[in-house]
Amino acid sequence: MKDFNYHSAKDIKEASKLSSSNSAFLAGGMTTIPSMKLGLASYKDLINIKNIKKLSGIKVSAKSVTIGAITKHVEVANSKEVKKAIPSLANLAEGIGDPQVRNRGTIGGSVANNDPSADYPSACIALNATIHTNDRKIEASKFFKGMFETALKKGELIEAIEFQIPEKSSYQKHPNPASRYAVVGVYVAKHKKDVNVAVTGAKPCVYNDKDLSKALSNSFSSSSIQNMELDSSDMNSDIHASAEYRASLVVTQAKKAVDAC
Amino acid sequence: MASLVGSRVERKEDKRFLTGKGRYTSDINLANQTYAIFVRSPHARAQIKKLDISKAQKSSGVVSILTGSEIAEDKIGGLIAGWAIRSEDGTEMKCPANPPLAKDIVNFVGDPLAVVIAESLEEAKSAAEKVSVDYKVLKAVTSTADAMNGDTIHEGIDKNLCFDWLLGDRQKVKEAFDKADKVISIDIINNRLIPNAMEPRACLADYNSASEEITLYTTSQNPHLSRLIMSAFGNVSPEHKLRVVAPDVGGGFGSKINVYNEDIVCSWAAKKINRAIKWVAERSESFLTDIHGRDHVTHAELAVTNDGKFLGFKNETIANLGAYARVFGTVTPTYLFGPCATGVYEIPAAYSNVKAVFTNTAPVDAYRGAGRPEATYTIERLVEKASMELGIDKTELRMKNFPTAFPFKQTLVHTVDSGDYIAGMEKAKQMADYNGYEARRKDSESRGKLRGIGVSSYFEACGIAPSAAVMSLGCGVGLWESAEVRFNPTGQVTVYTGSHSHGQSHQTTFAQIAADELGVPIENIDIVHGDTDKGTFGMGTYGSRSLTVGGIAIVNACKKIVEKGKRVTAKMLEASPEDVEFKDGEFIVAKSNKKKTIGEIAFACYLPGVRDEMKSPLPEGEEPGLKETAFFDPSNFSFPAGTHIAEVEIDPETGEVKLEKYTACDDFGRIINPMIVEGQVHGGLAQGIGQALYENAEYDETGQLMTGSYMDYTMPRADNFPEFNIGYTCTHATTNPLGVKGCGEAGAIAAPPTVMNAVIDALGGQEITMPATAEKVWKACKNLKKSNSKAA
Ligand SMILES: Cc1cc2nc3c(=O)[nH]c(=O)nc-3n(C[C@H](O)[C@H](O)[C@H](O)COP(=O)(O)OP(=O)(O)OC[C@H]3O[C@@H](n4cnc5c(N)ncnc54)[C@H](O)[C@@H]3O)c2cc1C
Repeated sequence: MKDFNYHSAKDIKEASKLSSSNSAFLAGGMTTIPSMKLGLASYKDLINIKNIKKLSGIKVSAKSVTIGAITKHVEVANSKEVKKAIPSLANLAEGIGDPQVRNRGTIGGSVANNDPSADYPSACIALNATIHTNDRKIEASKFFKGMFETALKKGELIEAIEFQIPEKSSYQKHPNPASRYAVVGVYVAKHKKDVNVAVTGAKPCVYNDKDLSKALSNSFSSSSIQNMELDSSDMNSDIHASAEYRASLVVTQAKKAVDAC
Repeated sequence: MASLVGSRVERKEDKRFLTGKGRYTSDINLANQTYAIFVRSPHARAQIKKLDISKAQKSSGVVSILTGSEIAEDKIGGLIAGWAIRSEDGTEMKCPANPPLAKDIVNFVGDPLAVVIAESLEEAKSAAEKVSVDYKVLKAVTSTADAMNGDTIHEGIDKNLCFDWLLGDRQKVKEAFDKADKVISIDIINNRLIPNAMEPRACLADYNSASEEITLYTTSQNPHLSRLIMSAFGNVSPEHKLRVVAPDVGGGFGSKINVYNEDIVCSWAAKKINRAIKWVAERSESFLTDIHGRDHVTHAELAVTNDGKFLGFKNETIANLGAYARVFGTVTPTYLFGPCATGVYEIPAAYSNVKAVFTNTAPVDAYRGAGRPEATYTIERLVEKASMELGIDKTELRMKNFPTAFPFKQTLVHTVDSGDYIAGMEKAKQMADYNGYEARRKDSESRGKLRGIGVSSYFEACGIAPSAAVMSLGCGVGLWESAEVRFNPTGQVTVYTGSHSHGQSHQTTFAQIAADELGVPIENIDIVHGDTDKGTFGMGTYGSRSLTVGGIAIVNACKKIVEKGKRVTAKMLEASPEDVEFKDGEFIVAKSNKKKTIGEIAFACYLPGVRDEMKSPLPEGEEPGLKETAFFDPSNFSFPAGTHIAEVEIDPETGEVKLEKYTACDDFGRIINPMIVEGQVHGGLAQGIGQALYENAEYDETGQLMTGSYMDYTMPRADNFPEFNIGYTCTHATTNPLGVKGCGEAGAIAAPPTVMNAVIDALGGQEITMPATAEKVWKACKNLKKSNSKAA
């Protein structure tokens, strides 16, 4: 690991003032620290944001659940309010990594990092989330830009993520047996007007599968997608799963999710 | 006094390990020590055109940078293969030189070529990044099956072939096959594995310029053997000036048998710079440079009669040695593999032919089971296929070909002293509710799932010894063990063993044995191992040999103590030694009923005199003290055996395999501590099931390791396993006084074919390779659906 300067910001203003083109925010550190140790990333400044009170906490209203950026996975998994309003979201958080990761990793870090196999991005898409930053509000559909790429500008800080409460929803993950990240994860959410089928792991970036969404918006039952075959040409293929297998898993996991709703 | 052998004595090690008081190599720090970082090849095969250390040398904190040139100048020897194997045509095997630091050419990703020694780890790391190497990258050879057609890796080794070995009689096999009603044949791959001991390798080398002695603390399974190799072949230091200490070691599984490059380089360099040097592997270095296991490509055939009698067996295997041949690299795919490939069956004619090839991958060597998992996988997959093709129940077919009389002269090499394979099979079937399987299959079917049941029976030759046998087969050293049993004057006992415990619980098992032999409370017995300065000598722990060889040396040393005790008692109680009996720690003169405790005898042996009298309790000519040494070289290997049964359920939509039930019924001979044996069985099963369902080391065609971290290499976890159903049949070994056979490797040997037979059964007999990942199984399920719909 290369040397770096460590800062602990006491509020959002200070955090954003300290940030530069060669800095990173330190939330759970579950992504940042391993990549620095492996020499995959190096920064001049690390800005700890965990002491910024305003970034933590869970608020539930009639229509939405808002989760502060530094809220840990374990807090979402155990939150009574989340379990009541969007049980599938608590469920998703409970399935991230292992206890150590859940005890440190944060929702803001996960969303900002936008790992192609991470779980939370699918929740953002499925639950029509709004990403609140220190500068603006960004709709989830415009936030995730590509592999490890988001709409965040350099030094822009996520403050909270606001999820729309659906009528029904379920997240079904087919974990990679080694890393337990999603080979494919499918988040199905039935809203009043339409159905979102957010898919993680299958492509370089999380996306809403239009074909599945359409079929399920017409008829919300697993039989309506029973025999669907998805185009796998732009899906990921690696030592863990071929594109063809991923395409099949998207449908299988979507069916499971619908059945679990 | 109740016997401790056979009881679930709590582990003496537990308190130390569970309270964080273990002392591993990386826990040890010496004053003024330096830190080493190795510069490793990022290429699988390349010439070193230029190595420039000038910039790195100026980096802060650098003490010294040493390269392959210096090691060659100092004539430090390379790493060696411990067994010489002869090819079928009578020629000796061909092995390349394996210098501890490469000088001209690197042969796998991770091959070290320089060491940077600095005042701190960070400084060493940052200097190592400044070592600049100009490589000419060459085409790598990575495929086991195609290695013989690849570019020549090592000059003078044609076709990358180390040896082409034959065991058995081709002509007899041909005759047997000519008589067969049917020939069952199979092509299998035994997937490559990475041992993944919990504690990464580490070493700390110290040099004392006054005594000219090197002390090496290292993560070794066999410190005495390491010292011998480093002295005799490595030219690091004369044996009496080299002390090797292997303190607590966190798992080995074979990966810590070898003397590694880092051990030799740090020991040599410590003397050169006259300071201690510490090196601790990072996990990614472990993945790249620890020895790997398995990696065979096999074609095998079984000649059978229509009613299921086995007539003949052929085994044609290509075994990958990796870039270099290491200590057990050449014996693992030959004598540890070939003889066991006929399994637990009477097969009149058989041969095993193994071509061992070099590739540009990490060296492959002994990994838990070493050769015997590969052998068992070959025969048990073949027998399972035979049962399908012949339409004979898989357990009946096996029993039909089991030997019924012991000793059983197995086709190729071994004479198995004892066993009862039919009893083992019957007990396993009962434990697994084999007969109730159909109902469980129907239940799975009703839920849209596929269910399969798999059986495998195994035997293994372990307790690796006798010296005369192994040396006749090419082993470079004898494989006996030694023990020293030492009483203190105040009655406690220290037992020194040449075996090494890195998870096997010797401190408990060996103490149980000594407690029974000597009648001393177990709390008063300490087991010391892991230091060449303490105790006599030992060849180490691998091949399930600690108890069957090392444990017996302890028994024999204890017996010598008792003999001496009888002589001393006789003198003290004015009887003749023949009239003295020893029981539960007391020497009793039967005629007079007078007695002495063993503690009193120990005291008398160390304080042999009485105030105011010129009188000794010791017989004339008897030496004072109570300490005995024994070397034990058994008359044969030992032969554990058993039958395992697994059931899996498959989700055809995702291909996920769930291991529903696992039954292991093993014959380990006499069991000293059932709790410890269960632990060994569980661990072995976890690794065997890991091989079948999860683990796979994969290189791409350029020789980059694709599975170099836990993100990509699937280590099984507790939630991948059902509760194991474990039972035993116990036929005592006749080749050692305890009747023990060894239990460390059985799980890793039996589980892969057991689980794969179940998976393949669920898939209607379709062959798939290990590991049976969800995707492979999903594809097979799709084929099954297609062929079922065609049939309908
Ligand atoms: C062993 C292991 C297993 C894992 N398994 C899973 C899994 O199954 N599923 C899954 O989804 N994830 C998994 N993860 C990732 C985990 O969820 C991480 O917590 C997450 O990716 C990053 O969150 P963090 O709080 O640790 O972020 P950090 O590592 O602290 O930061 C990550 C990046 O996000 C930026 N960042 C952090 N907070 C903010 C913010 N508020 N605003 C703007 N930028 C910010 C940082 O600058 C940095 O670039 C795993 C991680 C590990 C180590």
